[in-house]
Amino acid sequence: MKDLGDTSPPLLRVERQRWVIPARLAVTAIPYLWLLVFFLAPFFIVFKISLSEVAIAIPPYRPVFDLSEGLDVLWEKARALSFGNYVWLTEDDLYWKSYLSSLRIAAISTLIALLIGYPLAYAMARAPAAMRPILLALVILPFWTSFLIRVYAWIGILKREGLLNATLLNFGVISEPLTILNTDIAVIIGIVYSYLPFMVLPLYANLERMDHRLIEAARDLGCTRVKAFWLVTAPLSLPGIVAGSFLVFIPAVGEFVIPDLLGGSETLMIGRTLWSEFFANRDWPVASAVAIVLLAVLILPIVFFQRHQQRADEAGR
Amino acid sequence: MKRLIAAFALSAVLLAAPSFAGDKTVRVYNWSDYIDESILSEFEAETGIKVVYDVFDSNEILETKLLAGSTGYDVVVPSAEFLARQIEAGVFQKLDKGKLPNLENAWNVIEERVAVYDPDNAYSVNYMWGTTGIGYNVEKIKEIMPDAPVNSWELIFNPDILAKFSECGVQILDAPAEVIPAALNYLGLDPDTKNPEDIEKAGELLDKIRPHVQKFHSSEYINALANGDICLAVGWSGDVLQARDRAAEADNGVTISYVIPQEGAQMWFDQMAIPADAPNAEAAHAFIDFILRPEIAARASNYVYYANGNEASKPLLNEDVIGDTAIYPDEETTGNLFTKMPYPPRVQRVVTRTWTRVKSGT
Repeated sequence: MKDLGDTSPPLLRVERQRWVIPARLAVTAIPYLWLLVFFLAPFFIVFKISLSEVAIAIPPYRPVFDLSEGLDVLWEKARALSFGNYVWLTEDDLYWKSYLSSLRIAAISTLIALLIGYPLAYAMARAPAAMRPILLALVILPFWTSFLIRVYAWIGILKREGLLNATLLNFGVISEPLTILNTDIAVIIGIVYSYLPFMVLPLYANLERMDHRLIEAARDLGCTRVKAFWLVTAPLSLPGIVAGSFLVFIPAVGEFVIPDLLGGSETLMIGRTLWSEFFANRDWPVASAVAIVLLAVLILPIVFFQRHQQRADEAGR
Repeated sequence: MKRLIAAFALSAVLLAAPSFAGDKTVRVYNWSDYIDESILSEFEAETGIKVVYDVFDSNEILETKLLAGSTGYDVVVPSAEFLARQIEAGVFQKLDKGKLPNLENAWNVIEERVAVYDPDNAYSVNYMWGTTGIGYNVEKIKEIMPDAPVNSWELIFNPDILAKFSECGVQILDAPAEVIPAALNYLGLDPDTKNPEDIEKAGELLDKIRPHVQKFHSSEYINALANGDICLAVGWSGDVLQARDRAAEADNGVTISYVIPQEGAQMWFDQMAIPADAPNAEAAHAFIDFILRPEIAARASNYVYYANGNEASKPLLNEDVIGDTAIYPDEETTGNLFTKMPYPPRVQRVVTRTWTRVKSGT
C-alpha cells in the first residue's frame, strides 16, 4: 500500500513545481514588462531625441539610429549626441518661468480640488450603503462625455457674455461682467473641474473603508465631532489625501488642452511651451529635452509619494 | 469657436467612416472653412472615389504631421512658404503632370510667384491665394476716430492710434510668420529679413501695441468681427470677407471691410501637394485635376472669397469676387504685395521666442 501510494505523488510534485516557478515568474514579470514597454522604452527614445540636432528631414532631427548599420556607424552617431539642448534650456528664462508657473497653477488647483473633494468624498462615504453606488456613478458620469467637449462648455460658461456673468448680473451681484475666460483663474477652474473625480475616488475608497467605531470610541472618550474628525478621520485618511492630490497634481502640471482653450496669451504653462517647441519651432530635440526635465520635476513627488506609502504600510503592519 | 467644434465634429464623422474602402478613397487634408462641400460630393458622384476630408487651422500642425511621416493623406494643402521647406525634407512626390490635363487652366502669374518656393511648380498646384491685411468695423471706426487712417498699417502699428480702439476690441492672427513681416514692412525694413536684430525691432514694435490687443488667434476673429464684438483685426483676406458676409446675413447693423494697406501686405499661396507616401496617388491626381476645372475652381472661390490660381475660372467668377480688389487686387496694389521665404531653424527660434514674449510678456 505504502509503496503504491508513494510512487505517484513525488512525480506529480515535480510536475507541479516545474509549472509553478515559471508561472510565478511570469506573473511578476508582467508589471516589469509593462514598465519596460510603456515607460522605459518611450523614455529612452525621447531621451535620445533630446540629445540630437534639428534637421530638415523626416523625422526632423539627426542622427537617426538604424540597427542594420553596424556597430561602427552606430558608435560614430552616438558620439554626435550632446547635452547642448539642456544647456539651451538654462540659457532662456522662459523655460524656468513656465515650469514654475505650471507648478504654481497645479498646486493651487490641487488644493482647491482637495477642499471640494474631501467633503464630497466624506459625504459619499457616510451616505446610506444603498445610495453609495449611485453617488459613485454620478462622480464617474462626466467621463462619459468627451473631455474636450466639457472644456469647451466652460468657454460658454465663463466668457464675458456667458452663463456665469449673465446669472451674476441678473441677481445684481456684479454690475460689470467679470473677465474670467482667458486668465489663469479660468485655467484653475478648468483643472479643478476636470480632475475632481481623481481626487474624490481615492478619498472615497479610503474613507469608506474606515472603521466608524473608531469615531464612536473617540466620542465616547469625550471628543467633540470636530475634534474627533481632526484626531481620527483626518490622519487615517492621509493616504487617500496623498493619492488624490498626486493624481490631480501630476497631470495638471503637464496639462495642455485646458490652458490652451481657457487660458489667455499670458498663461504660461510648460505644456504650451512644449507645444510651441514642437510645432512652431519644429525643434523636436529641444521639445524632448523640455519633456525629460518635466519628467524629472514630476518624478520627485512620485518618489516622495512611494516613500510615504511604504512608511504608511509599515506603520499599519 | 463654433467653427472649431464643427471641424472636430466633421472630422470625427469622417474618421468614423470605414477605413477598408480600399483603392477608391482619396484622403484630403485642407484648411478649415475652405471649400464648398458640394464640390466633394460631386467629385464622389462622378468618379466613384470616396473623399475623406479632414481640416486643420495652422501650417504648424500640418507640417508636424508631415515631418513625422505616414500621415495617410493623399492631398494636403500647405502654404507655399512651408511647402518649400517640406519639399527640402523630402515630404512630397513630384506631380505626374500627364495625369493633370486641366493644368493648362493654371494662371501663369501665380505659377511664377510660386516657383520661388517650388521650382517649376514640380510638386504643387495652387488652390487659393490671398493676402494678410486689416479687417475693420466701418461704423465703429468712424464713430471713434472719424479721420482714422483705414488704408494704412498706422491703424495697427501706431500705438497712439490703436489705443483708441483698445476698448472696442482688437484681435491679431496668432501667426508670427505673417505678423512680424507686416511689422517689419511698416518699419521700412525688409519683411523677408532673416536678421535677428531686425526681427527684434519688429518685436519691440509689437510689444508697444500689445496692451491694446485683446487676443492673438487665427480663426476667432471671423465671428468676433461679424458679431460686432471687435473693431479691428489683422486677418486673412477671405476670412474677413466671410465675416463681412455673415454680418450682412445676420443684418445686425455691422459692416465689415477688408483693406490691403497702402504700405503693402504679405501675399501667400495655399498649394495642393501629394505626400511621398500617399496611399492613393492615383486618386490624388484625379482630385487635383478635378479642382483644376474652371467651373469647379470658380465655385470654390465664389464660396470662400479667396482668389484662385486658375486663369480659365476668371470669367465664371461672381462679380463680387472678381470685381473686388480686396480679393483680386489691381495692378498697383499687386506691386505692393510681398512674399516671404521660410526661416532657417536658428532664425525660426528667434521668431518664435519673440512671438512668445510679445504674447505672454515673458
